[in-house]
Amino acid sequence: MCLAIPGKIVEIDLQNAHLAVVDVVGVRRKVDLGLLQDEPPVPGDWVLIHVGFAMSKISEADARDQMQTLTMLGEAEAAIEEVRGYGLENEELDKPAQRWKQ
Amino acid sequence: MKFVDEFRAPELIAKAGQEIRRLADPNRHYRIMEVCGGHTHAIYRFGLKDLLPANVELIHGPGCPVCVLPMGRIDDGLSMAAQPDFIFAAFGDMMRVPGTHGSPLEYKARGMDVRIVYSPADALKLARNNPEKHVMFFAIGFETTAPSTALTVIRAKAEGLHNFSVFCNHVTIIPAIRAILDSPDMRLDGFVGPGHVSTVIGCRPYEWIAKDEGKPVVVSGFEPLDILQSIVMLLRQLRKGEAKVENQYKRVVPWEGNRAALRAMAEVFELRPYFEWRGLGFISQSALKIRASFREWDSEQRFSVPGVRVTDPKAAQCGEVLKGVLKPAQCKLFGRECTPEQPVGALMVSSEGSCAAYYNYEHRKPVTIARAAAS
Repeated sequence: MCLAIPGKIVEIDLQNAHLAVVDVVGVRRKVDLGLLQDEPPVPGDWVLIHVGFAMSKISEADARDQMQTLTMLGEAEAAIEEVRGYGLENEELDKPAQRWKQ
Repeated sequence: MKFVDEFRAPELIAKAGQEIRRLADPNRHYRIMEVCGGHTHAIYRFGLKDLLPANVELIHGPGCPVCVLPMGRIDDGLSMAAQPDFIFAAFGDMMRVPGTHGSPLEYKARGMDVRIVYSPADALKLARNNPEKHVMFFAIGFETTAPSTALTVIRAKAEGLHNFSVFCNHVTIIPAIRAILDSPDMRLDGFVGPGHVSTVIGCRPYEWIAKDEGKPVVVSGFEPLDILQSIVMLLRQLRKGEAKVENQYKRVVPWEGNRAALRAMAEVFELRPYFEWRGLGFISQSALKIRASFREWDSEQRFSVPGVRVTDPKAAQCGEVLKGVLKPAQCKLFGRECTPEQPVGALMVSSEGSCAAYYNYEHRKPVTIARAAAS
């Protein structure tokens, strides 16, 4: 719950500007951008996600480091499971599965 | 050697270890508290203690939200949820935490509608999808998760969704640190500050620890190298006789925190006069409750709360472990009656709990990277 999950903003929801699709190693889910309203992210930006809400903008290199940290902590699977769980039902946004470590 | 190739920059790790040995005065014993449960997990997982000299001791802090929640609050939540047409929603971490008559998972087995959600926004979605039922979100966490709960309550009000409420158990980290510093049986030399909590609150709220208490604080990231660098930074300050707040985790933590998150929290929450913490007792102004302007979305203002107070099982010494007075293995139940599979106390449930971390990584003695790097 306290570890942040890095994701890339893929697209902003047209109906709900506070929602965006993020990609976390191929798993795509909607997250809430409301806590970044002072500097709203745009597609292509990387963010750290806590419990379904983007909490801070980070660089791509830091996003990679954070994924590495989750892997090292043995939390990578739990993080992916968390992201898969966002939105309750699977919304078929996923790309083909990628490997966590690249 | 299992983790060695996953480990970035092992030569830097070795250097940081050497620098710690160089900086630590052999005639002095250092007690450094890592406040955050995520750090505790990382320290055990990587066996970082093995890179520290014997006189640099890490004390595990209260920063595991599941662990500090007293059992009475779990009982209160389950008691409210016992009414008909009610859904109890909580993060997965909460599901195996024992209440007096069982964990939420056991209540589910007995027929309660208990749902795991990964986001408070999904608890709100459950309410939208189940208009004939009431959905209560059992909210826990420090400032890392509190802003998300706040924004969810704001969205529920904006939407006019009335079958949703939050049982607010959010706590704040600063009063817990104050309580620990005020505790007579605790002597600490400095703090490894929490990383993700600081993303929200920034670094300023720690300044009193340096100024008034004379203890250095270094806000730290979660990689092995981050934690070791933070210990180096603490020892440098201690060696120079300084006490200031430093930010090792600049790549993620802005000095001022996240203002939008702080605004959402201020709009929805106010401080409770006092709140009970497992192990630390009642701490004044240490927890958040929902403001009267959002009373309709506050489970405690909507339903009757029994206000149960339960003491922990007598033999379990969760409190002493939480305060850092006892190490996990010094508890009488550790590894026998209390294991991650059959937890008696909450510290054995969450991966951020020091007992679970100690059990998984120390008690079972795996080959850790630190040992491998040191060899």
